Amino acid sequence: MRMKSLIAAACMAVAGVGAASAEGKVKVGMITTLSGGGAGLGIDVRDGFLLAAKMAGNDDLEIVVEDDQRKPDIAVQLADKMIQSEKVDVLTGIIWSNLAMAVVPAATAQGKFYLSPNAGPSALAGKGCHANYYNVAWQNDNLHEAAGGYANSAGFENSFILAPNYPAGQDALTGYKRIYDGALAGEVFTKLGQKDYASEIAQIRASDADSIFFFLPGGMGISFLKQYADSGLDIPVVGPAFSFDQGILQAVGDAALGVKNTSQWNKDIDNPANKAFVEAFQAEYGRLPSLYASQGFDTANLLLSAMDKADIGDAEAFRAALREADFDSTRGDFEFAANNHPVQDIYVREVIKEGDVYTNKIIGVALEDHSNVYVDECEM
Amino acid sequence: MPPARIPGRRFVTIILFIEQVLNGIQFGVMLFLMAAGLTLVFGVMGLINLAHGSLYMVGAFAAAAVATATGSFLLAIAAALAAAAAAGAIVEIVVIRRLYARDHLDQVLATFALILIFSEGVRWIFGSFPLYLDIPAYLSGPVSLPGGIEYPRYRLALIGVGLSIAAGLFWLISRTRLGVRIRAGESDREMIAALGVDISRLYTVVFALGAALAGLAGALVGAIQSVQVGMGEPVLILAFVVIVIGGIGSIKGALIGSILVGLTDTLGGVLLPEVFRLFMDNSAASSTGAALASMLIYILMAVVLVWRPQGLFGGTA
Repeated sequence: MRMKSLIAAACMAVAGVGAASAEGKVKVGMITTLSGGGAGLGIDVRDGFLLAAKMAGNDDLEIVVEDDQRKPDIAVQLADKMIQSEKVDVLTGIIWSNLAMAVVPAATAQGKFYLSPNAGPSALAGKGCHANYYNVAWQNDNLHEAAGGYANSAGFENSFILAPNYPAGQDALTGYKRIYDGALAGEVFTKLGQKDYASEIAQIRASDADSIFFFLPGGMGISFLKQYADSGLDIPVVGPAFSFDQGILQAVGDAALGVKNTSQWNKDIDNPANKAFVEAFQAEYGRLPSLYASQGFDTANLLLSAMDKADIGDAEAFRAALREADFDSTRGDFEFAANNHPVQDIYVREVIKEGDVYTNKIIGVALEDHSNVYVDECEM
Repeated sequence: MPPARIPGRRFVTIILFIEQVLNGIQFGVMLFLMAAGLTLVFGVMGLINLAHGSLYMVGAFAAAAVATATGSFLLAIAAALAAAAAAGAIVEIVVIRRLYARDHLDQVLATFALILIFSEGVRWIFGSFPLYLDIPAYLSGPVSLPGGIEYPRYRLALIGVGLSIAAGLFWLISRTRLGVRIRAGESDREMIAALGVDISRLYTVVFALGAALAGLAGALVGAIQSVQVGMGEPVLILAFVVIVIGGIGSIKGALIGSILVGLTDTLGGVLLPEVFRLFMDNSAASSTGAALASMLIYILMAVVLVWRPQGLFGGTA
């Protein structure tokens, strides 16, 4: 299955070379992470996006996929190549905020559209917002704010909070504290890429925390959860969905069971678009979709909806069509705030086991119709 | 309402301190398993092997695959040792052997290429998502140590395994025929070859031994961390720091260096933010302290290099 999708992507990449954009056609350049440690996220975004394109069967949509290897310099090179020699109209796909910061401002300044399926750094939501930049996932702070909202409703009063010491980690703790009303039992910045949390867990044990909030994406979260489960501590843990997506839950195993996490999407959100997405994704790729896959899928559908309404040659009309967000999101209600970032419900999920597979189920809404705090700083 | 400041309660109690010392030692002995192979290969063959981290990854993936298939942790560890040793022997025979006579830059380039080949190869076989490997039930959960310290059983076991392997290595190097040859190879390659020792087989054995230790570390650590592509490289960098501190080619240096690095890293990460908290607000202290703590081991390395350029236990260069 994986091979098939790789080949499909490769074919599209080859087919894309040299084609000129014609009337009504839209050429999309997808720059995402397909190799190295963070590849799972990029592959899910790509597969979700390509699935939506396949389901729509719109011949006017042409997609070129390239691997940024999670390196900003390579992402910039790819963006230049796609804009200058492949003449794409729309860029998308970037997973990581530092890569987005390297690519997006230059691309939008050259009149290209950028639809973000994942990264939502605050700099692009506030002063650096742009009429051609649309974030279909979330502003980076959103899921952390939702975790703070959940902490309030769960009655937590003394949280121990930890995140890696880099911009997104600092934003995570800021986001949590923005909504959370209680006190802090501790605030710790870990090293980016750290895999051993014995020392942090000892500090948690020595504190009198009644809850733990953590943002440790990817392998960092797997390590933390396994070590925490083994420590014998029994303090409730909450975090954003990034440590609990479908791709990594299987590697965490029982250690994740019962943990609450916040997400704008889950496979059990009850609407026809989501149902169709989850079924089609499983049929196509033989695995359950993650939130990243849903974001890729929604991004493609947003683009397709705008293509039905306007020609991309008329940038003004195309912007208006994108802003309407007239597509069936897998999340249900979806609209853009004034800075082109989503206004959406963010849910609380709990990790459960369905048969042999670890997955999430929604247990409540953390924040309803949640926007972001940077709207007022954005002047378009 | 902004969240209240942390009350003026002290975090660093004696119990917490002892627990962190144990954590530092545990981290150190696992680093030792990596550094021992690296320093042997460098000392005996004069080879800089950047692909050592890939062998760590191979061990972890082999262990995860076997643990999933059989459910036995001991079999998984055996598989990690076997897979990493086999991968090491094959790599030595196919690639590394051609590099001994070349200069270090060629070795770095070739072994860097091996990292890329191993990473993508493992991704082809196992996919892009992390694998599951957990500690066995009989080693899970905390144990109570004297003084009311609750410490994870598995980490205690890691300390025990690491120290026994260190003891075994000392015995191997100082008391066995293979050890005699390794020591002889370190001091004069041409001479022991002239004396009739099959030097190329000795190199393969040393390389496979180092690889097996790296694979063992990967499997043991993978059970509490995550088994994923690229897991070896951060550890590799630390292992290089260790052998520079300990002295290149010295097993004793690797052991002392590993524990020094482990303790510095762990205690620095805990104590520095506390120190900064005395005169900064909490968030700023956490992030400044964490930033400085991550530099500590490199500062330690720089200090050692200034004081003893050949490392703590290195021979005079």
